Amino acid sequence: MKKYILNRILIAAVTLLFILFTLFVLMSLLPGSPFNDERLTPEQVVVLRAKYGLDRPVLVQFFHYVKNMLTGDFGVSYAIAVNVPISTLLSLRLPVSMRIGGQAILLGTLLGLTLGTAAALRHNTIWDTLGTTLSVIGVSVPSYVFGLGLSYSLGFRLKWFPMLYQEGSPFRSSVLPTLALCLFTMASISRFTRTELLEVLDSDYMLFAESKGIDGFNLIFRHALRNALIPVITILAPLVVSLMTGSLVTERIFSVPGAGQLLVQGIQANDYSVIAAMAFIYSSLYIGVMLVVDILYGIIDPRVRLIQEEPS
Amino acid sequence: MSSADEEVTLFEPGDFDFLGRVEYSAAEPLPEYSRGREILSRLSKNKGAAVAFCCIVLITALAVIGPMVSGYRYDQQLTGRDNMAPRIQGVERLGLFDGVETIKTSRGLNVVNKYEKLEGGENVYHWFGTDVLGRDLFTRTWTGTRISLFIALVAVLIDMLFGMGYGLVSGYFGGKVDMCMQRFVEVLNGIPNLIIVTLLIIVLKPGLTSIILALMMTGWIGMSRVARAQMIKLKEQEFVLAARTLGAGHFFLIFREVLPNIFAQLLVMSMFSIPNAIFSEAFLAFIGIGIPVPLASLGSLIADSFKSLTTHPYMIFFPVTVLAALMLSFNLLADGLRDALDPKMKGQ
Repeated sequence: MKKYILNRILIAAVTLLFILFTLFVLMSLLPGSPFNDERLTPEQVVVLRAKYGLDRPVLVQFFHYVKNMLTGDFGVSYAIAVNVPISTLLSLRLPVSMRIGGQAILLGTLLGLTLGTAAALRHNTIWDTLGTTLSVIGVSVPSYVFGLGLSYSLGFRLKWFPMLYQEGSPFRSSVLPTLALCLFTMASISRFTRTELLEVLDSDYMLFAESKGIDGFNLIFRHALRNALIPVITILAPLVVSLMTGSLVTERIFSVPGAGQLLVQGIQANDYSVIAAMAFIYSSLYIGVMLVVDILYGIIDPRVRLIQEEPS
Repeated sequence: MSSADEEVTLFEPGDFDFLGRVEYSAAEPLPEYSRGREILSRLSKNKGAAVAFCCIVLITALAVIGPMVSGYRYDQQLTGRDNMAPRIQGVERLGLFDGVETIKTSRGLNVVNKYEKLEGGENVYHWFGTDVLGRDLFTRTWTGTRISLFIALVAVLIDMLFGMGYGLVSGYFGGKVDMCMQRFVEVLNGIPNLIIVTLLIIVLKPGLTSIILALMMTGWIGMSRVARAQMIKLKEQEFVLAARTLGAGHFFLIFREVLPNIFAQLLVMSMFSIPNAIFSEAFLAFIGIGIPVPLASLGSLIADSFKSLTTHPYMIFFPVTVLAALMLSFNLLADGLRDALDPKMKGQ
């Protein structure tokens, strides 16, 4: 077990280092330098380069860069908000994204579990068809199509919720982005729950539990769902990815001042340091989730670990 | 012993009656077992997949024919014909798509028909309307669909050529080779797709090439895993051993012995990467790093018309519908194909 966990951590660290290295190389390859000003004499440029450590060996610069990124010093923004440290921008924007993402996961999981359970219990009825159809649509229709529809219908036509994010009413304005984001979560969880639950309901131990006289509620929640949901952690990684890409688009549609919007603005304004910082944050988030998923899965299902330990 | 021998013997010719002869004619062979036909028949019974297939054929046909029959070019700007609402011959008499649009202004609702104001406008038809620059949206939508379909094709090719090859080689050789190749995949897989694409776009100019390059970097990983797993399952089997005993080389074993056995399965797998690829393009266009103007893709059309969502909603309606229909159809068809190929996998 220890070996397995160590192995996973090592791979995660290598991946992170690889990303940092790529970012570092990209940033140094980009044309132009901050000292392109014609009024600077060559001597002044030398002094400036020394001040910012650009005269040191590349390897030293790289380790300096790694240290800065890991300690949360992402440099300053060049274009979006000139000379504002990116960590300041992030501290304003990350919480908004986190809140909306959290709401979307919560709502999506609840709806998905309900739909999936209903579909499995009422197998081959109208409920099943409804649940399956909804989940196919949810998995295949991109969240931004759904977001645009919501923004036009509920936001613009019916005026139930603000069409654009308002700082004054953070909850009411987060309803539409949350709905748009939760669709994928709902669809994949309901699909998953249905498949797993159908398998569990068919098993001998469920028959045994039923013949012991356990009542319906306990039967479903304590015996069936608990076993069906163990492998649910496998879909965590795609969920995180969908939330990240989804946040970029929904935040643009509803002009939410979140982290995704920051990246989009950075891309559109060619603000490289912002892009690099966001790339680093998104990657470390993703790598972190993958690591947790792998380790949890190794603990719960020993077969995974065994395959990893003896490569065939 | 001897008594048993005596009992067993003797049948007289009169003990049996001749009842007639059953004719086995060679003219009626048993129905031939054809895997391809069986899969097709299972697929056509799946209503969702059948509808999806028709939908894909229809969209592809329109993408091919549409720009030819519209009478406009995708980058042709018609002066004075900006923001025209959709108008279609025949249907307009029903009061639908007759070029009338209701614009919400600060002074209340404003009903306009720009075709009436246009000189000689009675005979002008823009089936999907025109955009802010006066370009025909019908032409642009189907030109954009071509790009999405092209990207779908590229995604399958990358899957088949790169992902399959990588997985097969990794699974076949095993040991150290497999170990190195898999660690590389794990590192690559640990980076979110989004980040790879974004970084690539910084280095390259936004455009079709960089989108395809981005797909090439990550799109094949899922396929390579499936191919590797299948290879590991098959490589110890007797027919491979037999071929090896007869002196077949590595290349022959991988591509001529194992591959034909798993090719159908892998082809179906690669269908699943199509919706992903189409979505990636549309997503990139929406955040502003899609293909450059005046080229159109479904994603860039949506991104452009998003700006006039509240004033001219018809502009976004058609591209969004085509995109959603395309992705849904490819997903349904891939699901149906997988179920048809292996009924045990149904519903997973």
